[in-house]
Amino acid sequence: MLKLRAGIVELYKKVATSLPPDVETALEALYALEAEGSSSKQALSIILESIRLSRETARPVCQDTGVPVFYVKVPRGLSQKELENTIKDATRIATEKVPLRANAVDIIAEQNTGDNTGIGFPIIYFEESENSTLIIDLMLKGSGCENLGQTYKLPVEELGAERDLEGVRKCVLDAVFKAQGRGCPPYTIGVAIGAQKDQVAKLAKQQLLRKISDKNKNEALAALEEKLLNDINQLGIGTLGFGGPSTAIGVKIGVNHRHPASYFVDISFSCWANRRGTLIW
Amino acid sequence: MVADIQAKEITLPLTKQDVLNLNAGDTVLISGLLVTGRDRVHKFLFHERPPKEDLPFPEGTILYHAGPIIRGNRVIAAGPTTSIRVEMYEPWVIEHYGIRGIMGKGGMGTKTLEAMKKFGCVYLNTIGGAASYLADRIKGIIGGFKVEEFGAAEAMWLLEVEDFPAVVTMDAHGKSLHEEIEKLSLENLQKLLK
Repeated sequence: MLKLRAGIVELYKKVATSLPPDVETALEALYALEAEGSSSKQALSIILESIRLSRETARPVCQDTGVPVFYVKVPRGLSQKELENTIKDATRIATEKVPLRANAVDIIAEQNTGDNTGIGFPIIYFEESENSTLIIDLMLKGSGCENLGQTYKLPVEELGAERDLEGVRKCVLDAVFKAQGRGCPPYTIGVAIGAQKDQVAKLAKQQLLRKISDKNKNEALAALEEKLLNDINQLGIGTLGFGGPSTAIGVKIGVNHRHPASYFVDISFSCWANRRGTLIW
Repeated sequence: MVADIQAKEITLPLTKQDVLNLNAGDTVLISGLLVTGRDRVHKFLFHERPPKEDLPFPEGTILYHAGPIIRGNRVIAAGPTTSIRVEMYEPWVIEHYGIRGIMGKGGMGTKTLEAMKKFGCVYLNTIGGAASYLADRIKGIIGGFKVEEFGAAEAMWLLEVEDFPAVVTMDAHGKSLHEEIEKLSLENLQKLLK
């Protein structure tokens, strides 16, 4: 477990100080689309420069190192409780060593714990691994973009959103409109559809782990992801809300079966700094 | 600046006239002494109403919505936080502490825009998430206020900056680029919903 702890500290460092290559490439591609002399192009050039600086000097990509969210696939026989303790220890060490900003605030005392651990902090989801490998995905979820998340219960009359994929499309567009530039676009957008709100909230965020190039295995959802990305980039919100064609770099949709009475759609936003990484043990 | 663009250089403190000379859309490079303050600071100022002399607000300064990462006397990462969360407090803060600039990301609402027009203040949208680039524009930490009580991420930090980039997105003449983008995107949304 000590070696694993060191491995998780390294994972924290990698995720906090460098962007996944697919995200950085997507941002670079947008740079060419921005109008010459625009605030958006200028902002994107500073963003790309800052990403390079962070990687080269091993400093956090964003000062909001967020809420750490772990998705852990556990091989049979390994204790989840022990893994949880190891992750919490690694979190304390990483907060000092990377460093991460201390973000865990006690609700009652209004005191920051100073080490990024607390009740339900970091967030850890476990599931059983299909083989003997331990797989740990870490997302550092910034809170500016987290605050933009929305949940819709279809139908929504004012949007003309009925209980179908076209209704889902309308909800996502409405959520991006409401978000404007407040959470650092270009966004990656996770969407989930299903029966209950806790389940869709988790699944929507989990979509943000998918690579930008990852195409949905379901054809109808793949088509909707593509259509939505195109539609969102016609809204004109643009990089950091300065206007222009770069509001999102990806839309990823997941589904659960729903109940006849329920049609929940949840939308989770990531800022341009979509920080995620995997440790295979 | 990385990209080749015309920027106005501004030096703190700002006078009312300096502020009136700025227009929405201007890119600026800021040098001088500014102070950070975010959610908890605003709630504290609004409810406790401490006199100005008890606070680290230099005259004509910029209040920067940010929670930097600081280790020792070094700022490691220092991008902006979302400004709209302090909309309910900001007009009062602008009025009572002589703030000439509010800096953050994402813009603010109509109440702040009105206060900016009335008292002479601008909103500066800096580069969200560009934490290392912006930290490198900070030349020194002059002091910290409420560091223990509020925690480092929510304290007031008095910072000396040089060529710190931002775009004026709300000016003292009542113009807001955020309102314009919102209006434009609403028109586009309505087309896309059909």
